[in-house]
Amino acid sequence: MSEIETFYDVMRRQGITRRSFMKYCSLTAAALGLSPSFVPKIAHAMENKPRTPVIWVHGLECTCCSESFIRSAHPLAKDVVLSMISLDYDDTLMAAAGHAAEAAFEETIEKYRGNYILAVEGNPPLNEDGMYCITGGKPFVEKLRHAAKDAKAIISWGACASYGCVQAAKPNPTQATPVHKVITDKPIIKVPGCPPIAEVMTGVITYMLTFDRLPELDRQGRPAMFYSQRIHDKCYRRPHFDAGQFVEAWDDENARKGYCLYKMGCKGPTTYNACSTVRWNEGVSFPIQSGHGCIGCSEDGFWDQGSFYDRVTDLTQFGVEANADKIGIAATGVVGAGVAAHAAVTALKAAQRKTQTRTEKEEA
Amino acid sequence: MATTPNGFDLDDSGRRIVVDPVTRIEGHMRCEVNVDDDGVIRNAVSTGTMWRGLEVILKGRDPRDAWAFAERVCGVCTGTHALTSVRAVEDALKIDIPDNANSIRNLMQLALHIHDHVVHFYHLHALDWVNPVNALRADPKATSELQQAVSPSHPMSSPGYFRDVQNRLKKFVESGQLGLFKNGYWDNPAYKLSAEADLMATTHYLEALDLQKEIVKIHTIFGGKNPHPNWLVGGVPCPINVHSTGAVGAINIERLNLVETIIKQTTDFCRNVYIPDVQAIGGFYKSWLYGGGISSQSVLSYGDIPEHPNDFSAGQLHLPRGAIINGNLNEVHDVDIRNPDEIQEFVDHSWYTYGEPGKGLHPWDGDTSPKFELGPNAKGTKTNIKQLDEAGKYSWIKAPRWRGHPMEVGPLARYIVGYAAGHEDIKNQVDGFLRTMDLPFDAVFSTLGRTAARALESEYQCRLMTHFMNKLITNIKNGDENTANVAKWDPSTWPKEVKGVGVTEAPRGALGHWIKIKDGRIENYQAVVPTTWNGSPRDTQGNIGAFEASLMNTPMERPEEPVEILRTLHSFDPCLACSTHVMSPDGDELSTVKVR
Repeated sequence: MSEIETFYDVMRRQGITRRSFMKYCSLTAAALGLSPSFVPKIAHAMENKPRTPVIWVHGLECTCCSESFIRSAHPLAKDVVLSMISLDYDDTLMAAAGHAAEAAFEETIEKYRGNYILAVEGNPPLNEDGMYCITGGKPFVEKLRHAAKDAKAIISWGACASYGCVQAAKPNPTQATPVHKVITDKPIIKVPGCPPIAEVMTGVITYMLTFDRLPELDRQGRPAMFYSQRIHDKCYRRPHFDAGQFVEAWDDENARKGYCLYKMGCKGPTTYNACSTVRWNEGVSFPIQSGHGCIGCSEDGFWDQGSFYDRVTDLTQFGVEANADKIGIAATGVVGAGVAAHAAVTALKAAQRKTQTRTEKEEA
Repeated sequence: MATTPNGFDLDDSGRRIVVDPVTRIEGHMRCEVNVDDDGVIRNAVSTGTMWRGLEVILKGRDPRDAWAFAERVCGVCTGTHALTSVRAVEDALKIDIPDNANSIRNLMQLALHIHDHVVHFYHLHALDWVNPVNALRADPKATSELQQAVSPSHPMSSPGYFRDVQNRLKKFVESGQLGLFKNGYWDNPAYKLSAEADLMATTHYLEALDLQKEIVKIHTIFGGKNPHPNWLVGGVPCPINVHSTGAVGAINIERLNLVETIIKQTTDFCRNVYIPDVQAIGGFYKSWLYGGGISSQSVLSYGDIPEHPNDFSAGQLHLPRGAIINGNLNEVHDVDIRNPDEIQEFVDHSWYTYGEPGKGLHPWDGDTSPKFELGPNAKGTKTNIKQLDEAGKYSWIKAPRWRGHPMEVGPLARYIVGYAAGHEDIKNQVDGFLRTMDLPFDAVFSTLGRTAARALESEYQCRLMTHFMNKLITNIKNGDENTANVAKWDPSTWPKEVKGVGVTEAPRGALGHWIKIKDGRIENYQAVVPTTWNGSPRDTQGNIGAFEASLMNTPMERPEEPVEILRTLHSFDPCLACSTHVMSPDGDELSTVKVR
C-alpha cells in the first residue's frame, strides 16, 4: 500500500488527480491484456522516465487525427502532453510560428538525434514537385524526409499517413503518397482510421513509453493489440446477423430494434479496428451502435471500394469467416486474426443465403 | 504606394517579414508583410499553401456517399461539410427530411460550433493573449479572488486549486522541456495580462481541454463517433425508439438524458468560464483595437439552424442571413446563392487558370485548373520560396467575391448582420458586452470583436441547443419517432439530371456546396468555403481580402516576433484544408497536372 501512496503523492505534485491517473493505469493494463500487477509498473515508468521528445508534422490532411488525439480520456490529452511526452514541434498546437517554429524543429532534431518519435499526420503530395503542400517555402516531403532521418521511430497517424486516405482516392490528383512509400528505412507504426480512436492513439504512445519497445505489428505495420480483429467479430449486433435479422431500410422497425446493418452496407465484416470494443469518445458509442454502418475507414483504399451503402459483395458460400479470414491473412498475415468460432453455423448460412441472393443478382 | 479599390493604402517599400508556417491553425498557411520604420504593417500578403483536389475525387461517385468525402475536407469543423453536402443532395433531389432529423442535425451542428469555438479560443488563439510562463509569477490567492470576481458561479476557484496548477506548470517549465511552449515570445511586451490573469487563463486552457471531449459526445450519440460522425441523405442514421422492445439499440431515454447532461455542462462552461475569460482578457487589451480589416465595410452570412425542416427562408433561421456592403448597416441585402451574378470566384492571383484573365465564375460553372507559377519578382526558387510576388499568382486559395466585393465571413460577420437586422438575442448580447467593457459600438470592428463575437455566439448556441432538445422531446412525446425519409433512397427514383445547392454557417463562416447529378452519379461538385472568403488573395481589381486587410496598419512591438500577426490571423480561426481543396467541375483540366 505504501508504495502506491508514494506514487500517488508524486502524481499529485504533478497535478494529476488520483482518479484520472488510476483510471488511466488500469485501463491501459486492461487494453494491453495485462494483469493488475502491471499497474505499478506503468506508474513506475511514468514516474521516472524523462519525457520522450515528439515531433508531430502535418502534410495533406484535415487535422481530424489531432482532434481525435485531444479527445483522449485515458490518459487525458493534457496529461500526455504535460507529463508523458515533450511535444517539441506540432504546428497545429505550438505557440511559436515562422522562424521560431522552424528553429524549434531543428533544435529538437539536433538535440535528440536518434531518440525522438516522429508523428506524421497527413501525407506528402509528389506531383508539381511537391508544391501542393508547402511549408516554410519548401515542399512538405522535404521536411518529412529531414525529420525522418534521425527519428527513432515513426508513427503514421490515421488513414492519410498510413494509406493515403481521401486525397489519394481516385484519381489522386496531387499524387498524395503514404509515408511508408517515401520513408523506407525506419520502423513505421501505422495507426489507421479516419481518424483513429483517441484512446488507441494515446495507447500506442503510452505502450512505447511504458514498455520501452515498439508494439507488436502485423504484416501491414499496424499494432496487433488494436487492429487484429474485425469490427464484425466483436460487434454487439452480431447475434442479429447470425439470426438473419437485418435492417432493410433506414428507420424501419428493424432499425429501431437495433438489428444488423449488413444489408445497409456495413463494412464491419471486412474492417479491422477496435471500434466495437474500445468504442468512441470514452466508450459512448460507435458507428454501428448509432445506427449507421461502418464505412471501413481504417482499411487501405476504403474510398474506392464502391458505395458505402453497397453490401459487402465478396462474401462467398464458404461463409463470412472463411472469406474474411482470407482477406485478413492476405492483408495482415496475423495468425488467428478474425477467427471467431461460434456455433450458429446453420443460422449463419441461412442468413447468408437470404442476404446474398439479391446481391448476386445485382452483381450479375 | 497604391490605394486598393476597397480603400487600403499598400506600401511595400519597408522591411519584408515572412511568417511560414503560420501555426495554431488548421492546415498550411504563409503570411508576408512589409513594415515601415516604426514597425507598422503597410502591406500584407496571405497565402494558402496546400491543395488536395477533393471535388474531382467526388466526380462519378454516388451522391449518397458525398457527405463522407466532403466531411474529410476538414476534421476541425467536422460534420459541417457533411451537413452542407447532404443538404445539397436533398436540394437537388427534392427530398424533405423529418422534423426529428432537423432537430438532431441542428443539435449536431450547434455542438460542433460550440466545440470549435471553445477549442479555437483556448487551444489555438489564447497564446496570442495569454503568457503561460508569466503565470508562474502569480499569487494563487489573488488568482482565486480574480476568478471569483469575474465568475462567481465557477466552482473551480480555490487558492489551492490554482496553486496545484501553478506547481504543475512550474515543474513542467523547470524540466527544461517546454514542449508546445518552446520558442514562444514570452518576453514580448505585446503580452499585457497580469500574472494572475495569465494563471487563470492557463488553468482554463487545461479545463477547456477536458471539457471539449465532452461536447462532442453529442456527435457520438447521434453519429457514432467524433471526429467525423455519420450522416444520411434523407435524415439522420440514428433511429428513435423510446417505448418498445429493442430501444437499447436506438435513441432512447438514456441517450436523451446524456445529451441533456452534456448541454448543461457545456452551457455552464460557456457562461461561467468562456465569456468571463474573454471579458477579463479583453479588459487588458481594450486599447488594442486593431485588426478590423473589412469587417466595418463588407460582411456576409448565409444563415443556418432552421427552425423547421426544409425551410431555409431567412426569417426561419436562428443564425442570421444577409450581406452588408460599403459599411451601410442600415441595409441588409438578401443573398441568393443561385444567382450567377452574386457569388463569383476569381483566380488572377491564385495558382489556377481560367484561360482568360479577369474572369469570375459562379460555382455552378466553376472551373479549377491548377497552375503553379511564381510571379516575376518572387525571390528564391520554385521549391524554395524566399519571398512571394503578390503582383503575380501567390496562393492556392481562390478569390470569391459577392457582387464584386471581398467579404468577411464568420462569427463577427454573423453578429454584424444579426445586429443590423435587429436580431433580438444578438443585439442584447452585443449591447450587454459593450456596456460591460465600456466600449463604443465601433469597437466590434476589430480582432477583439471577432474573438468576442465567437464567445457570445457559443452562449447563444447553447440556448439554441436547449431549444432543439426540447423540440425533439416534444415531438417524440407527440408520437413522431421518424428520423429518415427513404422515399428517394433508391437512385432509380431520381431524375436523369438535376442540380442542387446546400449552405450552412460553418464555425468560420458561410459555407456552400453546389452539386450536379447525372444518371445517379456526381457530375460536378464545387465548394466555396469560409477561409476562401477570408483568406482570399487580391482580385482582378486589386481589392485585398479579409486576412490581408485586417493586418494593415497594425503596429508590431518587435517585427521579428509576429505576435500581433498571429493574434489577428487567428481571430478568423483559419482553416486551410477547407479553403484550398477546390477543384474542377469536370475534371478534364487535370491534364495540366503532371503525373510522374
